[in-house]
Amino acid sequence: MKEFWQRFARNRGAVVGLVILIGVIFLALFGPALYPESPWRMTAPPFQPPLEHPGAYFGTDTLGRDIAAGLVHGARVSMLVGLVSTTVALGIGVALGAMAGYFGGVVDNAIMRFVEFFQTIPSVVLAIVLVAVLQPSIESIVIAIAIVSWPPVARLVRGEFLSLRSREFVEAAVIAGQSNARIIFSQILPNTLSPIIVMASLMVATAILLESAISFLGLGDRNLMSWGYMIGAARTVLREAWWMSVFPGVAILLTVLSLNLVGEGLNDALNPRLARKGR
Amino acid sequence: MFRRAAFMASAAAVIGVAASAYADEPKRGGQLSAIINPEPPILMLGLNQQGPTQAVAGKIYQSLLTYDFDLNPMPSLAREWEVADDGLTYTFHLQEGVTWHDGEAFTAADAVFSLDEFLPETHPRWRQLYRNVASIDAPDDHTLVIELEEPFPAFIMAFETASAPMIPKHLYEGTDYRDNEWNQTPIGTGPFKFEEWNRGSSIHLVRNDDYWKDGKPYLDEIYFEVIPDAASRVTALETQRVHMSRGEDIEFFDVPRVAQLDHLEVTTQGWEMFAPHAWLEFNVREEPISDKRFRQAVMHAIDREFILNNIFFGSGNVATGPISSSTLFYDDNVPEYEYDPDRARELLDEMGLEPDGNGVRTELRLLPIPYGEAWDRLGEYVRQQLIEVGIQTDLEAADAGTWAERVANWDYDMTFNYLYQYGDPAIGVSRSYISDNIQRGTLFTNTMGYENEEVDRLFEEAAREIDPERRQELYTEVQQILVEEVPVGWLIELEFPTIYDVRFENLVTTAIGTNETYDDVYIAE
Repeated sequence: MKEFWQRFARNRGAVVGLVILIGVIFLALFGPALYPESPWRMTAPPFQPPLEHPGAYFGTDTLGRDIAAGLVHGARVSMLVGLVSTTVALGIGVALGAMAGYFGGVVDNAIMRFVEFFQTIPSVVLAIVLVAVLQPSIESIVIAIAIVSWPPVARLVRGEFLSLRSREFVEAAVIAGQSNARIIFSQILPNTLSPIIVMASLMVATAILLESAISFLGLGDRNLMSWGYMIGAARTVLREAWWMSVFPGVAILLTVLSLNLVGEGLNDALNPRLARKGR
Repeated sequence: MFRRAAFMASAAAVIGVAASAYADEPKRGGQLSAIINPEPPILMLGLNQQGPTQAVAGKIYQSLLTYDFDLNPMPSLAREWEVADDGLTYTFHLQEGVTWHDGEAFTAADAVFSLDEFLPETHPRWRQLYRNVASIDAPDDHTLVIELEEPFPAFIMAFETASAPMIPKHLYEGTDYRDNEWNQTPIGTGPFKFEEWNRGSSIHLVRNDDYWKDGKPYLDEIYFEVIPDAASRVTALETQRVHMSRGEDIEFFDVPRVAQLDHLEVTTQGWEMFAPHAWLEFNVREEPISDKRFRQAVMHAIDREFILNNIFFGSGNVATGPISSSTLFYDDNVPEYEYDPDRARELLDEMGLEPDGNGVRTELRLLPIPYGEAWDRLGEYVRQQLIEVGIQTDLEAADAGTWAERVANWDYDMTFNYLYQYGDPAIGVSRSYISDNIQRGTLFTNTMGYENEEVDRLFEEAAREIDPERRQELYTEVQQILVEEVPVGWLIELEFPTIYDVRFENLVTTAIGTNETYDDVYIAE
């Protein structure tokens, strides 16, 4: 573990990313306690620039809603959507990828054609169509994001399984008469975890971006304040009120950047053989 | 900001008219480019009366009358007209020397064909009005006589271009109206002739040199540019690529900014005939909405001044009741609903809707109309204001088709809607409140399911009453009852801005605004 941290800390960017990410998670967990009232509540006059109105440090939007409250509550929505949809996507991707890689042959062929079917459709477009069809809500957004983001996981896991399948320790387990399920879960899967974890951290970032895009286009859950919604609603007054879109924009930027940095750090820490010292 | 601009525009128009009497004679020539959005499906006005169709086809087709800003009838194809004292006989004396764009003479026979044969088959609104008609005759080539079954004084409001366009009999009689080849190259009597239509790009109209008003029109040609993207429409105006926008072409939030540009002027006149009236619609079949105290509480919970200024950016007035202030027989002597959340809570308490531990008294759904930015914000605003007084409100999302289907089939608790009023309450107002008009599956009927015998009786009596003073009394009474009962929560009398290049004169001169013929539009020096 200590070694892991040392390797992780060697990547300065990753440390910065981790600090920001912890900050965002902290906001998502405890922020709503700072702003216990609904972020939809109109607490001040509309169109107040930052620092102008007491209490509304980040200004207010077109209806007089506090931008700061929106940012804090939006953090929770973004993190929630990012984590839940990634978990769901990992579930689908790992299961299908593992089966394809482990059993090979017809199973592999069938599953991979299915994966390619999803990969040929542009993911943003597919996600928007799914949300529109399922009626916009937080559940449909999570489902849509999960559905468009599992194929790369399946490909990754399949690749790992293909190479591990023929290793001695797996063959030993086969000879020892272990069941397929046992071999998959206790022999191969643990050895594929590092690339999956790295990929998951990046998937969370992508999911947050995708959720923002969907909300920006007005297909978000109308009862939940999200960063994408804030930008989408404020873009029309961008020329008059920059703060309404800039702050949530910066929030998305920082969160996604931090997740990417952390992902890179995890990669360095978990795959020492690919260490980037030479670069 | 907006109303001031409108006022200045009208003041400028007055000064302009005064000045022109001395020096500024209207000048021949030039071209007008206007935005048209969305692209009309067809330009045959007798078959389609959507807003964009009206704006373009209003230059090609004409009707018997037009209306000034106070909704007084003015001559168009009818030179003079009389309504008999019993209110049953309408006689129109038609202009002489009028020809169709293909050279044939326009006569009373065309008018009879249009009103008695063509429009009753193709025009939903005329079909309603036509139910009052006993007979339509042409005693000679330039006289039209319409007999009604019963007095219906609102009838005189039914003759603007889109309500009763004149259709050429010699081209349409005996044909399948919807399949007639002339639908693609419309022939009317108007000052501009159809020239070319590049689908998805532009519609080109040219001057009718044989127009029946001597020396008019002044313009040589009009281009309607199809620009589907809102941001591009604003840019087109800002860069002077087009000279005019109409209706909702420019989003409400952009209007105050565009209004400040030197080369553009904004007016909100020209919608008096339509008077779009926006409201929060209640499904009064549902508990607890069925209790009028609940609806009154909702009215007290929302600040309509705030909605006007921060959501519609000043484009209109706060509505006081069912009849718009620009429609005939409006009366402002009605109960008022001040923004007063405490009063709203009192009313809800009185009803026995006590808040639970979370401050929630009841739960309802709100289905905003999917017509763009402003309506989305309105949904968020109303939802929050209702939550403040303890009415937990869930916002639902729907596309335009789903919205229309759900509202028409009464599958909603609360929604937004706006309807045109067409000048007279008997045409555009009573339809929303009379119990006769509760029709499942049809939009713009009494979808909320409001029933009140007294209201039915007053609307019916007022529609048949000839004496204007007595009509006013009846409409005042019905307005007072309705405002007390709040069958819908009236929000805003919308005023859509017409934004135009200051060099153009007379773009908006009547109550039908940009649907007018434009035969006296000219470019000032």
